[in-house]
Amino acid sequence: MSEQNTEKKLLEVKDLRVSFFTPAGEVKAVGGISYDLNYGEVMGVVGESGSGKSQEAYSIMGLLQSPGKVIGGSITFEGQDVLAFSKEEMTSFRGSKVAMIFQNPMTCLNPVYTIGNQLVEALRAHDKTISKADAEKRAMEMMEMVGINNVEKRMKQYPHEFSGGMRQRVMIAMGLICHPQLLIADEPTTALDVTIQAQILELMKEIQKKTKMGIIFITHNLGVVADICDKVSVMYAGKIVEQGPVDDIFYEPAHPYTMGLLRSMPRVDAESYERLIPIEGTPVDMLNPPEGCPFAPRCEKCMKICLKKMPPYVEVGPNHRSACWLRVQEQMNKEEN
Amino acid sequence: MAKEEKILLEIKNLRKYFPVKGIKGPGVQAVQDVSFFIHKGETLGLVGESGCGKTTLGRTILRLYEPTGGSIIYDGTPIYENPLGPEGTPLGKAKSVNMLPYRRKMQIIFQDPSASLDPRMTVGEIIGEAIDIHKLAASKADRADRIKELLKKVGLNTEHANRYPHEFSGGQQQRVGIARALAVKPEFIVCDEPISALDVSIQSQVVNMLEDMQHELGLTYLFIAHDLSVVRHISNRIGVMYLGSLVELGESYELNRHPIHPYTQTLLSAVPVPDPKLSRTRQRIVLEGDIPSPMNPPSGCRFHTRCPYATEKCKMETPVFKEHEPGHWAACHLLDK
Ligand SMILES: Nc1ncnc2c1ncn2[C@@H]1O[C@H](COP(=O)(O)OP(=O)(O)OP(=O)(O)O)[C@@H](O)[C@H]1O
Ligand SMILES: Nc1ncnc2c1ncn2[C@@H]1O[C@H](COP(=O)(O)OP(=O)(O)OP(=O)(O)O)[C@@H](O)[C@H]1O
Ligand code: SF4
Ligand code: SF4
Ligand SMILES: [Mg+2]
Ligand SMILES: [Mg+2]
Repeated sequence: MSEQNTEKKLLEVKDLRVSFFTPAGEVKAVGGISYDLNYGEVMGVVGESGSGKSQEAYSIMGLLQSPGKVIGGSITFEGQDVLAFSKEEMTSFRGSKVAMIFQNPMTCLNPVYTIGNQLVEALRAHDKTISKADAEKRAMEMMEMVGINNVEKRMKQYPHEFSGGMRQRVMIAMGLICHPQLLIADEPTTALDVTIQAQILELMKEIQKKTKMGIIFITHNLGVVADICDKVSVMYAGKIVEQGPVDDIFYEPAHPYTMGLLRSMPRVDAESYERLIPIEGTPVDMLNPPEGCPFAPRCEKCMKICLKKMPPYVEVGPNHRSACWLRVQEQMNKEEN
Repeated sequence: MAKEEKILLEIKNLRKYFPVKGIKGPGVQAVQDVSFFIHKGETLGLVGESGCGKTTLGRTILRLYEPTGGSIIYDGTPIYENPLGPEGTPLGKAKSVNMLPYRRKMQIIFQDPSASLDPRMTVGEIIGEAIDIHKLAASKADRADRIKELLKKVGLNTEHANRYPHEFSGGQQQRVGIARALAVKPEFIVCDEPISALDVSIQSQVVNMLEDMQHELGLTYLFIAHDLSVVRHISNRIGVMYLGSLVELGESYELNRHPIHPYTQTLLSAVPVPDPKLSRTRQRIVLEGDIPSPMNPPSGCRFHTRCPYATEKCKMETPVFKEHEPGHWAACHLLDK
């Protein structure tokens, strides 16, 4: 989206590992992922259900639920070590620097307070000097911005009086009201209708342009990714298998899973019927992940080595890398010639 | 996509209201006088925003909900008849038939595969139960053979018959749901969001399977979904609903290229396209306001409160749903000149 101010680093995640220690064994929900996010940049995170997208986000927010634990790696936000934050530091970090829009809005709206009350409190926790009247005014403006009508009446209502789509919009308003530097949006528009989704995406872009916040946008929807993201991380079974600028991911995908995803969707410009090309097989059982490349059991291009060893990252273009043995081979061939 | 020109199902002014306790008047006007027909072997797609009445329409056609008025004609036989008088009220007592034979011919596949399968029954028992209800197996051996054959048909192993639903992934559960629907040799299937709960990589597997079944068994589908690109892909024709009314109907690629109803135009422009370059240049029509309540729908054209072209006439008169170009139907005063 924005060419300005995208050089400065806001967030750096390095080799992050999250495991769940369950009676049935260790689930390596996030198996060592790394990325950078600059101010004003939007990174999309796509991947199968259960690939670790949400757990990765929760670790940044310090919201991992037991038995989940960060077991390795680092998270650095504006030069600060997030994993070393004390409880108080974490709370203030969440109140002022980062905000998260959750997959399920009901889990984070308090049923016993009015919507207005919750928005005002969120704002005042962040900005201690703002007067109640000003906070209310800002809350109402924000509600209007996310497309809620009748705001005066709506401010006085409770979460259960809102439809699912409206609650999601309130969540988005709550996430944006304090002008966080980093917004983590976990499937924020999945439950919404496309017309409402379009409104929300426009709004997020507008605010993002003004405030230069960084956004991590988790979604299944590749259309949404194409619309709002500058770069994309593609996750599979707890690993980032490919990462790159949005155009590269769509026009020059370098990992068989990414290629498969793009090929399995109906084409936008299809003028008549074309049969879909699915990715065969089923998602990984995270309790018993395959050795080697996690995509191997479903990959048409699978080779012997894929079944034994996890492929390393290969730079396939500027800021574009892929973890696939095919790319390793290509690179080796290039070096030989 | 083979299509014979024989009409299998026709509905005329089909209406479904849900009475609301303690409130006088018609209640929730979920389906408002919808008319269309489906050819044998055809797929008719149905799209529209949450709450517009897609599920209610699908279930009313199957008479899982008792219609409030209008008629349903299946394979030449009226299975429900209660025509509307000039005042728009149903004329008299409904005429209907014994539904048992039609219950077998007309099936439904649900959105949430896990919720629609009994967790205490094995997959074999689930499929077997459907066969038993309609006495479709001559002997025990015949029954077992049918179950195996069905499992194979939907891409599962015969050993899967002894497992329980929770032992399967979402995509596999949806296959079980499809096998159950196919067990009774149906002719017509209402597919209510059959792929919405599945991963992108699994969606295309199920879409292809539904297409294969259709070819092999000559099935006719009413395919309900949010995702317009998938609906366009699988459907011969598409109907667009808004707040209980059918506003446009046409051949699927024609409707996508050349939508004539203002609501369809908005809806199509809001669908995010998985193509970054295209999405940067696209113009969106953003609608103001929320969808009104079907308990108290706007007078005249139900879309008038949000339509950018609405005039005084739109508030007073309900536009008639009619054929504007061969095979392309819509209800809008703008088109009547
Ligand atoms: N409480 C838990 N106990 C054990 N494993 C868990 C628990 N919560 C999550 N996991 C595991 O962590 C993995 C990653 O889950 P995560 O919620 O991050 O997936 P996701 O990519 O966000 O999926 P979705 O698209 O469905 O939201 C999953 O495979 C899941 O099995
Ligand atoms: N059993 C019921 N009793 C009362 N109202 C109902 C009932 N079922 C549906 N409705 C109402 O009828 C309207 C249409 O609902 P329906 O479920 O058919 O919509 P839909 O188009 O399938 O939506 P979605 O895309 O969310 O599935 C809604 O306003 C809904 O609240
Ligand atoms: S490493 Fe091998 S199995 Fe994995 S994606 Fe590449 S080719 Fe396929
Ligand atoms: S009839 Fe009027 S309000 Fe309805 S869609 Fe047409 S122009 Fe818009
Ligand atoms: Mg998640
Ligand atoms: Mg529905």
